[in-house]
Amino acid sequence: MEKNTTASVSKEKISLTINGTEQQLEVEVWTTLLDLLREHLQLTGTKKGCDQGQCGACTILLDGNRINSCLSLAVMHDGSEITTIEGLAQGDELHPVQQAFIDHDAFQCGYCTPGQICSTIGLIKEGKAKTVDDIRDLMSGNICRCGAYSNIVKVVQEALERSQQA
Amino acid sequence: MRPFTYTRAKDVAAAVTDIRANSEARFIAGGTNLLDLMKIDVMKPRHLVDITRLALDTIEETDEGGLRLGALVTNADTAYHEQVEKRYPLLSHAILAGATAQLRNKATDAGNLLQRTRCYYFYDTDTACNKREPGTGCSAISGYNRNHAILGHSEHCIATHPSDMAVGLAALDARILVTGPQGERMLPISDLHRLPGNTPEKDTNLGENEIITAIELPPQGFAQHFTYLKNRDRASYAFALVSVAAGLEIEGGVIREARIALGGVAHKPWRRPEAEAMLRGKKASRENFQPVADAYVQGAKGFEHNTFKIELARRSIVRALMTAAKIEE
Ligand SMILES: Cc1cc2nc3c(=O)[nH]c(=O)nc-3n(C[C@H](O)[C@H](O)[C@H](O)COP(=O)(O)OP(=O)(O)OC[C@H]3O[C@@H](n4cnc5c(N)ncnc54)[C@H](O)[C@@H]3O)c2cc1C
Ligand code: SF4
Ligand code: FES
Ligand code: FES
Repeated sequence: MEKNTTASVSKEKISLTINGTEQQLEVEVWTTLLDLLREHLQLTGTKKGCDQGQCGACTILLDGNRINSCLSLAVMHDGSEITTIEGLAQGDELHPVQQAFIDHDAFQCGYCTPGQICSTIGLIKEGKAKTVDDIRDLMSGNICRCGAYSNIVKVVQEALERSQQA
Repeated sequence: MRPFTYTRAKDVAAAVTDIRANSEARFIAGGTNLLDLMKIDVMKPRHLVDITRLALDTIEETDEGGLRLGALVTNADTAYHEQVEKRYPLLSHAILAGATAQLRNKATDAGNLLQRTRCYYFYDTDTACNKREPGTGCSAISGYNRNHAILGHSEHCIATHPSDMAVGLAALDARILVTGPQGERMLPISDLHRLPGNTPEKDTNLGENEIITAIELPPQGFAQHFTYLKNRDRASYAFALVSVAAGLEIEGGVIREARIALGGVAHKPWRRPEAEAMLRGKKASRENFQPVADAYVQGAKGFEHNTFKIELARRSIVRALMTAAKIEE
């Protein structure tokens, strides 16, 4: 090997702030954020649907932005802040978007719901959705195989309006 | 995923050194294409060089009055950048026509250009594919070839390049800045991707150890008259069957300059400068657009399941130009 190269590793110590708590972790470099959450930290609220970026069930907030955790290596996000569905409620009080999903009956089996909720929070933060068509387009990365879409769109619309009033 | 080793590069020079020092090494940026392909064993790098900490994540003005997009700027930050939206709306639209909000938050501009084909057989390791395993044959030619090429294909591969952003950049005559062991070089976007020929395993003309550092947009952004038209099987979140990026410069109803790039039809974004030149000095009208569309698909050859693309491309070009010229009928 040439000089000057960085040492190659297959395990690495990283620090992640997950739902407000900073954690020191040692991960194999091929561990995805999704597997880290589910298999190593038992945070199973984030779901694995396709593991290929197609369904959105694994959506989490990485430094506030919605991403697919299945297509992210944990080691690449050393120092980041992660919010999952488990980190949204304040004590017994649900996050307004969580509450809205319940109030509007916006799920059936619930498998896609954690991803839908994190995605909605990301969409509100991005501030690009102006119309119902925008919502449909910008939520298209979250598939619901139960087809609860019409109520999901209503929830997103309402949550968006509420966030604009606040 | 198969085990691999990992380094996190501090700067461009270190990234180039690391990629040379490790055999079967790859850069990783957003990871949204590479990890997908690694999970299913289509790509099997033994080492990854993480380039996400390189200082290539800004958008800056260039001396000639254009913009320089750092290789690591995300697709979302590019599409929603104030100057890109204002001066290069064609590029914003092309990016936003692709993938999903989650993916665009992670995907980088260079990674987008270097994403690999969506040919079904390329993804299916049980089938023959010259791109995945040179010399095994092409399953698509006599198989299901709905999303395949109608132009520039070879008997060895009929895959298309799936990027929407690349099609927008082709219409804008963007330039790609690259650094390798021999130093820096710049190539026009038209030379980045290549036709498959005898070596379909090579998607681009980049050297193995070269890293893209930036994408430069020339000043002309066609912000007054542009469109990105994407035809696909679903209204959102699907790859293009045929897409058209069109930009027109019109003065007093007369076309000064026309750019047309097609996506979903070839192994690279498809331009025909000689056909674009047919519009120079002409009035913007359906009558003048039609022959250009015919010229674009000249020599096109479809396969069992994709011959429809030839007529679709012809009509899409006319429609895109009508939209760009703001002509309503
Ligand atoms: C479900 C799904 C739907 C999608 N739909 C669309 C769509 O409709 N339209 C569309 O255009 N795209 C679509 N995409 C693809 C998406 O746009 C790409 O995955 C993304 O742009 C790749 O960027 P990345 O930074 O994640 O690349 P990575 O996965 O990190 O890298 C891709 C390749 O580029 C190389 N690379 C990365 N950066 C550099 C660099 N600076 N220099 C040299 N080499 C580099 C890597 O080694 C790798 O080979 C979709 C993806 C998914 C998963
Ligand atoms: S078209 Fe190209 S990528 Fe698809 S099977 Fe044939 S060789 Fe492979
Ligand atoms: S599990 Fe990540 S997108 Fe489906
Ligand atoms: S509620 Fe069942 S998948 Fe959406």
